[in-house]
Amino acid sequence: MKLEIRRLSLRLEQFPLEINVDLHNARTGIFGPSGAGKTSLLEVIAGLRRPETARICLNEQLFDDTVRSFSLPVRLRKIGYVPQGDSLFPHLSVRQNLLYGTDGKSKRDTFSFEHVTGFLKITSLLNRDVQSLSRGENQRIVIARALLSAPRLLLLDEPLTALDAGLKKSILQQLRSLHDEFDIPMLYVTHDPAEATEICQEVLILESGRLISRGNPLELFS
Amino acid sequence: MWLTPAEWQIVGFTLVVCALSTLMILPIGLAVAWPLARYRWPGKVLVETLVTLPLVLPPVATGLLLLKLLGRRGGVGRFLHEHLGLDIVFTWRAVVAAAAVMSFPLLVRSMRVGFQSVNQRFEQIARTLGASDVRVFFTITLPLASRGIIAGIVLAFARAVGEFGATIMVAGNIPGRTTTLSLEIFETVQLGHDASAYRLLVVSIIIAFGAVWLSEALMKRSAPP
Repeated sequence: MKLEIRRLSLRLEQFPLEINVDLHNARTGIFGPSGAGKTSLLEVIAGLRRPETARICLNEQLFDDTVRSFSLPVRLRKIGYVPQGDSLFPHLSVRQNLLYGTDGKSKRDTFSFEHVTGFLKITSLLNRDVQSLSRGENQRIVIARALLSAPRLLLLDEPLTALDAGLKKSILQQLRSLHDEFDIPMLYVTHDPAEATEICQEVLILESGRLISRGNPLELFS
Repeated sequence: MWLTPAEWQIVGFTLVVCALSTLMILPIGLAVAWPLARYRWPGKVLVETLVTLPLVLPPVATGLLLLKLLGRRGGVGRFLHEHLGLDIVFTWRAVVAAAAVMSFPLLVRSMRVGFQSVNQRFEQIARTLGASDVRVFFTITLPLASRGIIAGIVLAFARAVGEFGATIMVAGNIPGRTTTLSLEIFETVQLGHDASAYRLLVVSIIIAFGAVWLSEALMKRSAPP
């Protein structure tokens, strides 16, 4: 993966988010306290927020270039976004949620419905009502829905928040093997050093909208 | 049942014109409520005021405006008469037009609240999954706003059934042609035909009860709690 984020500037409530970084690792963590700008950074990459200035490029695909007034529409970015909190469409069934991003087209084997649902162990949940799912089940379906859209990049925004320790451990293991299984790079936002260490090859530390450090999580958090 | 054939005709006519007027304003209501709920644009306050006007104007004043506009010498009425051979005032079409104009503000207000209640996070997620704006609107926004939309349809229909002032101005009360339930109740009371007035009153209550019951049932099915 090669994700270039150049001259990113976005006005937030208390400070501007200002980032200038190139990312090469397949599993990169974004770590920092609440309100540091982590979610805003993901939203800019996904195209959900317009930065004042930025040039963002993923593997030669230009996402944003404010100098040229260019912004690739969200739907064309092919970003698998797993946001914080509830994000399953409440009026659709689990199966309909999962199929929403597939658009009826058959995906290559890696992203086939059977493979993704089998990998995330959600086959038994397909006919359930969204309202009846537990937090853990909910998160696994959100991740599966993102994967089924065959994304170029997976953005995970604190996906394990509010899960109990046992569930956290089991989903962490799935997330760690997710890259090997699906060959998708991921940006993983967390404020938990243990999660970052478990999953990420490299971690960026954000504070008040600025990148203050980056490196191997084992070294950074030791 | 206990209604006379003439009363049955009036009830049927009222239900049909009210259904027609509600159907007619439904797409226009969606097209107006959506931008009012979601965007800021120049002239928004003017549109909001115009939409609300029939709600605050005396219904007979709205009826007079419609009479001027839809009459053969009015802008719209002359155009329809000359180009399509259609006459509006003092016909069933005027009953539909009066009901549509008078119920439009309630429809828009309710739809607007419905659209505002939709969590835009779901629309954003749908876009990240590759959905176009049109697909997002029809598969996410509209279903999630359905409670407000259904409530608006029921309110608009009920308002149309109860419409009196604007209708009598623009359509008159012509037996067998423009007489609605409300006009007939007024007429029978005026003439001292109390039995007929009370029969029609019971029908009005049944229609109102049925509309509210139907909307509750639809709303329970349309969106999660």
